Amino acid sequence: MTTSGLTRDRRLIVGVTILGVLVLAAVLAPLIAPHDPESIDSARLLRGPSLSHLFGADALGRDVFSRVLFAFRISLVVSAGSVGLALLIGVPLGLLAGYSGGWVDLVLMRPVDMILVLPALLLAISLISVLGTGSSITLIAIAVIFFPILARVMRSSAQVVTTLPFVDSSRARGMGGFGIATRHVLPNALGPVVVQAAILMGFSMQIEAALSYLGLGTQPPTPSLGLMLFEGRDTLVQAPWAEIFPGLAIAITVLAFNLVGDGLRRHVNQHSSAA
Amino acid sequence: MMTEPIPGPDATASGSLALDVRGLSVAYASARGAVSAVDDVSFAVASAEVVGLVGESGCGKSTVAASILGLLPHRAQMRGSIRFDGEELVGADAERMRHLRGNRIATIVQDPTSSLDPTFSIGEQIAETVRAHATVSRATAKQRALDVLAEVGIPDPRSRYDDPPHRLSGGMRQRVVIAAALVNDPTLIIADEPTTALDVTIQAQILALLLRLRDERGTAIVLITHDLGVVATVCDRVVTMYAGQVAEQAPVLALFAHPSHPYTTALLDSMPSAGQRPGGLQVIAGTVPDLAGALPGCRFAARCAHRGPRCEARPPLATVGEGHDVACWLVAGGVGL
Repeated sequence: MTTSGLTRDRRLIVGVTILGVLVLAAVLAPLIAPHDPESIDSARLLRGPSLSHLFGADALGRDVFSRVLFAFRISLVVSAGSVGLALLIGVPLGLLAGYSGGWVDLVLMRPVDMILVLPALLLAISLISVLGTGSSITLIAIAVIFFPILARVMRSSAQVVTTLPFVDSSRARGMGGFGIATRHVLPNALGPVVVQAAILMGFSMQIEAALSYLGLGTQPPTPSLGLMLFEGRDTLVQAPWAEIFPGLAIAITVLAFNLVGDGLRRHVNQHSSAA
Repeated sequence: MMTEPIPGPDATASGSLALDVRGLSVAYASARGAVSAVDDVSFAVASAEVVGLVGESGCGKSTVAASILGLLPHRAQMRGSIRFDGEELVGADAERMRHLRGNRIATIVQDPTSSLDPTFSIGEQIAETVRAHATVSRATAKQRALDVLAEVGIPDPRSRYDDPPHRLSGGMRQRVVIAAALVNDPTLIIADEPTTALDVTIQAQILALLLRLRDERGTAIVLITHDLGVVATVCDRVVTMYAGQVAEQAPVLALFAHPSHPYTTALLDSMPSAGQRPGGLQVIAGTVPDLAGALPGCRFAARCAHRGPRCEARPPLATVGEGHDVACWLVAGGVGL
C-alpha cells in the first residue's frame, strides 16, 4: 500500500482541504456563528453583506452567514448518516451476493435491482409521504436510494476478487466461507465502494437540498441549505445574497466530494491494474 | 472399463499408503454432452514418497488435484474412490473436506505472488491457517507461524512476520507458501507446478527444501508438473497422464530408462537438452483430443506414430516391470498390424 500516490494527487489534496475546512466550520458552527441563526430582526431586513453580517440578511432579517453554517451542519449529518446507513446495508448484501453467486446472488440482488430502476427522487418523495418529514426521515429515505447502488458496486467488486488465486488458496488452506469473505474478499474489494461512497456524499447533499426545497426535508425554522434556497427565491432580485451563499455552499461541497471521489478512483484503478 | 487392481508402491505395506486413488472419473455436463476430464485414473502414494503427475496442459492433472481436495466445481460429477490415510473422500461432507484441507492435505500452487493476499502480512496468513483448524490463541498461532517460517529458511522470521507479500522476492514468497502448507504438519502435500514461476537457481533451492521436508517429516508429496527435469530430480515414481487417463506409471528410473508408452517416449524426446543443435526441438504433432462425447479407443491414437486397428478399442493397463504399468496395445499384444 503506497500512500505516496495518494498524497501526490492534486485533486485529492484540494478536495480533502476544502472538506476539512467545511467540516471544521460545521463542527465549530456554534462558536463561529456571529448571530443566532433563527433570531429575526426587522431592523436589518434584506441588508446586504457587511462586516457584521458577512453574507447579508434575509427577508426576515436573519443572518445568512450564521444560517449557512448551521444549515451546512445539518446537511453534512444527513449526507454522512445516509451514506453510512447505505454502506451498512449495501456492503454485507453485495459481499454475500458477489462471493456466493448462484441462487443466493439471484435472491438477494433481484429486489435490489427493483429499487434501482425507480427514479431516485420519486422514491424518496414516496417514502417521505409514508414516513413523514424531518431530517432523520430524509436520512433514511436517501439511504434507501443509495444502498442498492453500493450493493451493486460491492457485488461486482467481490465477484472479481473471488476469482483471484489467493481466494482459492485460502480455500485450499481450509478456511471457511465466512472467513474467506470477510478477511480476504472484503478488504480487497472495498476500494471501488469507498470511491462510490465519496461521490454519493456529494449527491446526498444535493438530494437533501432538493427535498428541503420542496418542503419535504428539514422543517423550518431549522436552517437547511435547500430550505434557504426556497425561502430566498421571492427576494432574489432585492437580496441575491440570501440565495447565492447557500447555493455556493452546496456547489463547493459537492465539488469537494467529487474531487475526493475522483482522486480515490484513480488511485484504486492504478492499484488494481498493478496487482 | 479397465478395473484391474493397480499394484501400488510396496503393495505389501498397504497400511502406509497416504493416498490411494482408484478408478477416479470426473465429468462435466456441457452443451455438447458430458466432458470426461478424468477417466478411470488409479495411482497410489506411500508416505514419504514423491509421485510426479506428468502431462501436458488439459490432461487432467489439476482436476485430479481438485478432486483430492474436494474443490471441484459443483457441476462436476465424480466417480471412483479416493482413500486418504484409509478414509474415503469421494462423497465426504463439505465440512470434513474443509477440515482436511490445509490441515492434513496441503497444497502448494504455481504462482506464489497471486496466491498470497496482498492486504495481509505473510505471517498472519500462516497463523490464519493454524487458527482455521485448531482453537489456539493468537500468540500460539503466531509462534507456530514463526517456527515454520524459520524451518523453510526465511531469515529472521520475527522481523519478516509483518511484511506484506510484495516486500519479498519470488523465491521467498514460494517459501512462505510452503510454510503455510507445512504449518499444520500435513500427511500429504499436493504441489501443483511449484517451481514453474521461479528462476532455475531458486527452483533448485525450493525442490531441495521439499525433499528435505519429506525426509524429516515423512510427508507424501504429489508433484504436478510438465517439467520432466524436475521429475527426474525429485520423484520416486511417475504417473504420465494423457487426455484424462493414465498412460503409464513407473518408478522414475524405469520410466526414463524404458519409456513404454508412445506418449511418454514423445514427451522425453521433446525435452530440450544442452548441446542440442538449433532448430532440433522435437514436438508432438497434433493436439489433445476434444473430451466431449464418447471416446471409446486409445485417446492418444490420433497423434501416435504406431497406431493400428486395435487402437479403436481402449488399451488395457499392462504390467511390464516392477510397479511399471502401461496402457498401450504395443505392450498388450500388438496394435494389430
